[in-house]
Amino acid sequence: MTYSPYFNPELETMTRQQIEALQLERLQKTVRHCLKNEFYQKKFKEMGITPDDIKTLADVRKLPFTTKADLRETYPFGMSCVPLRDCVRLHSSSGTTGNPTVILHTQKDLDEWANQVARNLWMVGLRPDDVFQNSSGYGMFTGGLGFQYGAERLGMLTVPAAAGNSLRQIKFIRDFGTTAIHAVPSYVTRLYEVMQEQGVDPRRDTKLKVLAIGAEPHSEEQRQRIQDMMGVKAYNSFGMSEMCGPGVGFECPEQNGLHFWEDYYIVEIVDPETLEPMPDGEIGELVLTTLCRQAMPLLRYRTRDLTRVLGRSCPCGRNHIRLDRMRGRSDDMMVLRGVNIFPIQIEKILMQFPQLGNNYLITLTTDDNNDNMTVEVELAEGTDDYKALQELEKEIRRRLKDEILLTPIVRLVSRGTLPVSEGKAVRVVDKRKVYQ
Amino acid sequence: MTINQLSIFIENRSGTLVKVLDILKQSGIQIIASTIADTAEYGIYRLICSEPSRAYQELKDAGVAVALSDVFALELDNEPGKAADAVRIISDADISITYMYTFLWGGKGILIFRTDQTEKAHDVILQHHLSFIDENDLAGGGEN
Repeated sequence: MTYSPYFNPELETMTRQQIEALQLERLQKTVRHCLKNEFYQKKFKEMGITPDDIKTLADVRKLPFTTKADLRETYPFGMSCVPLRDCVRLHSSSGTTGNPTVILHTQKDLDEWANQVARNLWMVGLRPDDVFQNSSGYGMFTGGLGFQYGAERLGMLTVPAAAGNSLRQIKFIRDFGTTAIHAVPSYVTRLYEVMQEQGVDPRRDTKLKVLAIGAEPHSEEQRQRIQDMMGVKAYNSFGMSEMCGPGVGFECPEQNGLHFWEDYYIVEIVDPETLEPMPDGEIGELVLTTLCRQAMPLLRYRTRDLTRVLGRSCPCGRNHIRLDRMRGRSDDMMVLRGVNIFPIQIEKILMQFPQLGNNYLITLTTDDNNDNMTVEVELAEGTDDYKALQELEKEIRRRLKDEILLTPIVRLVSRGTLPVSEGKAVRVVDKRKVYQ
Repeated sequence: MTINQLSIFIENRSGTLVKVLDILKQSGIQIIASTIADTAEYGIYRLICSEPSRAYQELKDAGVAVALSDVFALELDNEPGKAADAVRIISDADISITYMYTFLWGGKGILIFRTDQTEKAHDVILQHHLSFIDENDLAGGGEN
């Protein structure tokens, strides 16, 4: 059977003019829809703007920004633009700082989300004959259900394998004839290690042809390494629960940046300090405006992810904007093995120990393909008991794990040995390959 | 029967030991004996010095993680086998030694040891008429 190379042929191959016309129409509709909500009514009033002020696409800059803090302050349902009875799904952030963020979905929101994911998977060559194994966490994490519904929408046999239990994953891959896997990059590496231990050669013993990797920052080198290990192409996926989840952006077979779907979002790159637009090619903060969301449309949402525009055309025939892989964050959030961590969470735990001083340093490294966190903290109180020091390290490790769900390496240091920069303590050093 | 010992947290990083020794030097504190074991990440630098209370305060004020603890200090004749005899007595009494080190002081051998069973050690030392020194002896500067 021969298929079109596009899942939504008309929408994917629009000219720039067509894309922008559709965006303006949808933006005007979204703005009117937002004003059903008190939060937006107040914002618009403060800024003295009305929906009639949106006459061109550039007028998006007249609109207020929204942030994660807004979502927290309006927790749980304060940013909904439809009655709760019209919502069918709720996802919540994994963040443990303050209120979590809640994202609501109508049935149409879920349908549109699935369509974006299906469009992505189709773009990289997957068809209804393929077998898709989703080795991603399920539950509140949108990488689970997001890919599940998207892969089903495409028509693939979809295996909700979830994360972990590598031996069973490998058995599924072989027994079910899995041709595509979605996972966080560090888990693909883990899977390969277990394959090696089991004497399984992915090239010889599996039918794999595509990997989708995302939800965790990774470098081009890490992608290359994953491709070399598994013998198949690995495509970068971008998503965030505030927009829906995975599906927002995805690489095409050219692997030259991620196409962000501009029929669904308006993409802006701004200077995180001045909030002024950045020229193409220069790194700034990604700001997204949803164009199709019913339950919780977001205007100019500051993602805090740093990236740049690579282009607006592509040999693949899609003119949707291409963005570079994420280059870091404009706030201090760290993403480690798919978990969002703020330094303040670490600090909160360390300060519970009277034996410890006030200074600490979090270092993120990539060792043997694994991302690790080392927490160095000053010891303030001396002891004559060597064992007590080891017990202290162990207890810090245990309590940090309860807080951030990962076990860091903990190291006690003498006061005055941690680095300071211009008199200010350095809290986080990211030495992972992705940010070099 | 016990003397004051300083226990200083020393990170395994160049310069940390020098920093501690410089503080003692500037405070005019004399080191009588000291010991440090090597570990991967950090160690405890233990030392016997003149004016341990003042030394403790100077180090603490400089931000060093330091503890003041009491250790037993047996005084032995400077002859072969004396340490073996003393440790056998402690060992036969089922007292476990956390750590131990020795040094020469005023022509005598001093054996420092730390145990969690302080009362028991105290009794054994008295029962066996073991010779020991205390803080006052040390302050005298080894002229016994």
